[in-house]
Amino acid sequence: MTHSSHLDELEAESTYILRETMACFRRPVLLYSMGKDSTVLLHLLRKAVFPARLPCPLLHIDTGWKFRQMIAWRDQLASEPDIDLIVHMNTQAVDAGISPLVHGGTQHTYHMKTLALRQAMDLHGFDAAIGGARRDEEPSRAKERVFSLRGQGHAWNPREQRPELWHAYNTTLREGQSMRVFPLSNWTESDVWTYIRNENLDVVPLYFAETRPVLCRGDSLLVPDDDRLVPGHGETITQRRVRFRTLGCYPLTSAIDSEATDIEGILAELAASRLSERQGRLIDHAPGDSMEAKKREGYF
Amino acid sequence: MALTMMTTPPPETGGDTRPAIPMMRVIACGSVDDGKSTLLGRLLHDTGNIPHDRLASLANTSTTDMHDAGIDLSRLADGLQAEREQAITIDVAHLYFETMQRRYILMDCPGHEQYTRNMVTGATAASLAIVLVDARGGIKPQTRRHLTLCALFGVRQVILAVNKMDSTGYDEGIYRDIVHSFMQLATPLGFDAMHGVPVVATQGDNIVSRSKTMPWFDGPVLAELLDSMPDPVPATRHFSMPVQWVNRLAPGFRGYAGTVASGSVRVGDTVCILPGTERATVRDIIPIRGDRDSAMQGDPVTLLLDRDIDIARGNVLAAPASPVLVADRFAVHIAWFDDKPLLPQRTYQIKIGTRLASMRVTAIRHKVDVVSGASLPASHLEAQDIGRCDIETDEVMACEAFASVPVLGGFAIIDRSSGATVGGGTILSALRRSANVRWHDGLIGPDDRATMKQQRPLCVWMTGLSGAGKSTLASLVEQQLARNGRHTYVLDGDNLRHGLNGDLGFTKEHRIENVRRIAEVARLMVDAGLVVLVCAISPFADDRAFARSLFGNEQFMEVFVDTPLAECERRDPKGLYRKARDGVIPHFTGIDAPYETPLSPEIHIRTLSGAAEDIAASLAGQIDRKICQ
Repeated sequence: MTHSSHLDELEAESTYILRETMACFRRPVLLYSMGKDSTVLLHLLRKAVFPARLPCPLLHIDTGWKFRQMIAWRDQLASEPDIDLIVHMNTQAVDAGISPLVHGGTQHTYHMKTLALRQAMDLHGFDAAIGGARRDEEPSRAKERVFSLRGQGHAWNPREQRPELWHAYNTTLREGQSMRVFPLSNWTESDVWTYIRNENLDVVPLYFAETRPVLCRGDSLLVPDDDRLVPGHGETITQRRVRFRTLGCYPLTSAIDSEATDIEGILAELAASRLSERQGRLIDHAPGDSMEAKKREGYF
Repeated sequence: MALTMMTTPPPETGGDTRPAIPMMRVIACGSVDDGKSTLLGRLLHDTGNIPHDRLASLANTSTTDMHDAGIDLSRLADGLQAEREQAITIDVAHLYFETMQRRYILMDCPGHEQYTRNMVTGATAASLAIVLVDARGGIKPQTRRHLTLCALFGVRQVILAVNKMDSTGYDEGIYRDIVHSFMQLATPLGFDAMHGVPVVATQGDNIVSRSKTMPWFDGPVLAELLDSMPDPVPATRHFSMPVQWVNRLAPGFRGYAGTVASGSVRVGDTVCILPGTERATVRDIIPIRGDRDSAMQGDPVTLLLDRDIDIARGNVLAAPASPVLVADRFAVHIAWFDDKPLLPQRTYQIKIGTRLASMRVTAIRHKVDVVSGASLPASHLEAQDIGRCDIETDEVMACEAFASVPVLGGFAIIDRSSGATVGGGTILSALRRSANVRWHDGLIGPDDRATMKQQRPLCVWMTGLSGAGKSTLASLVEQQLARNGRHTYVLDGDNLRHGLNGDLGFTKEHRIENVRRIAEVARLMVDAGLVVLVCAISPFADDRAFARSLFGNEQFMEVFVDTPLAECERRDPKGLYRKARDGVIPHFTGIDAPYETPLSPEIHIRTLSGAAEDIAASLAGQIDRKICQ
């Protein structure tokens, strides 16, 4: 490779993957979660197809428990002229009263994310879903292909992954199969932030340190976003200077103490950090191999 | 914002805290249980690249207590449930770490033979391999298999890590022996660089810090070795780019999106559209970043041409001087992964660059025995086999030898019914003879011609040193046969070099091609019904065997015109031996190029045994008996 920096090489690789997806699939969709990885993904896709407009829609799986700032961010984006945003929510589960506070993170995630994604894929006939997952996030993701096949029920079978040779990606689908595509597979958390800085991209302010109301529950620093999450017995809400490394459902996402108010601050914090990015994702720490188990069920 | 970005220069990256660093992709491979996952875990651990919470998880979910301090570093990479349950690696894990020199992507590959497909997945992405060998067991068949696959699939540099040195008492002799056998094995595979290091992955000896227990080793430790390996440098080549996606989504716009596979391109350059004869001029280049005037290997671009041509995904844009192969038959290496064997003549799909085509294997030349390195005959390829095959695609494709342009020479083989990736391989060369050109059978056949000429056609292949008397004998024999009313022709190797073979010299490759053409011409003449007397030194047994293979048993007769070298040199009718001895003519058969003596010719003529006329008369008699109806 002749790229002068590893970030140029990663950008080139992601571009190739995105164009391959546009060329090989009948109805691709970009999964959009308002997070930093989605933001980079959307930017890369815009560049890859320039001067054409985005050739595929965006899909947001709404769980009903996202931070209000995230939803506002999403709606703002949807007003941009090249964006075709589809929002899907598992309304049966909502009607059934599924809630992370009542049923726990595992049940909530299964109904509101895993099942919801499967519903949306089938409803709209998407044959390829582009996502921002990265291999450095979690051990089972470190094992996953860039073009990752899903069988019946959108299940991942980690023992039967297709060999992936060079960039000669096998995009073949048979009846009942669909593809998950991960253009950011080889990016790290600091790559994402460096790229966001270099390209001048805007991100949800929740990523930056601010004084926020914090509810300490176990090891987690929860930021109640509305009155559904209330302090339990002996719990109090205190004001703390925190930020989020990842964004998800607010009752399931722990903030970290931080003074990083801009990207330089985040990069410096990452360089000094001794903890992994997803430590704030409470569903990752359920018993057993939760990420792998969820992916087998069709989780993203 | 995003839609106008191309007209403004990308923002300065001056705020970067570090200078831009390059990236290197590395695999760890070798036999099962030689300690690959542990070694990579140790490398990350000792360079401070394992987050605390993840390190803690390696301790508290451990199912074994065999490892020091209750922390099993192999579990960092073995991220699947089945892997941890069985304490093996099934699929490639990707780990990321950074030094001052560069960013590394480390790929931990499975050692089990049954997961070879996953190891190959890692090898195709890597430029460097760390090959682990257990000091106790030495080099195993799987070590050999992985090395062979590394070489085949594009790994250019190799580090041998001899692991578990603690269990052999840190013995230098054992390390040296393993390095020695390894180098013997790896050297013929043609890697750019090979290094060795003795390590103990579980303890961290010679991984990042120098081992105190192996003072005899004074070379660089693993982490130092990694940083010292040079970045792969692409060869300077002509421009080529497979068209990945035709962008015509914007009104009035038609751009060809792709990533430059080799060389560079500038606005104003002429490009050929392959396959085909069309040419166009590059009008504009839309980059992902940077320069709008030119693009280099590895750059994703969208090219605009000066005129409308029908160009589709899978076409290759290339510089006019580019040696891109345009063909439908190729010599390839194939590594097979599927439990159902690869069978010749069965149809598969092949994905090469951005091109998807139907393909069948027309011949399996041999398979590679990874243990002995020998070539074995094979009727099919089973899972984990590596074979040298000929393939034929249903359409003409533009591609390249893998060694020249990897992007255009490496391919995946896809099963048509299941859609699974069942094999992979690399292109060695295009094969000249196109199977699309079918032999046309006329209304008049060989038997008709034989009846008309009242003779059975025959190729008399006369081989021997220069000056042995082949042409003299052939002339006399032809004269005798003509007197008997036979239809003959003398096909003289020297004469053909004036015309048909005028482009060939005397290197081994050219001699092979020379004989091939003579044999093909002789075959046409035999088909025409003639008795053909071929006079060609034809020094190599293989080439004579090839010539024989073109004819039926009754149509070919090998005649060894056997004259001792000293006698040929004494005669020297054309003064060639003198020139060869003076060094004026290189590659002269018998002087500085070999002659492989025929072992079982139909006729063996010792020219010193009699007069030329008598020998010719005898030979003509034998031929005449063979060709009479």
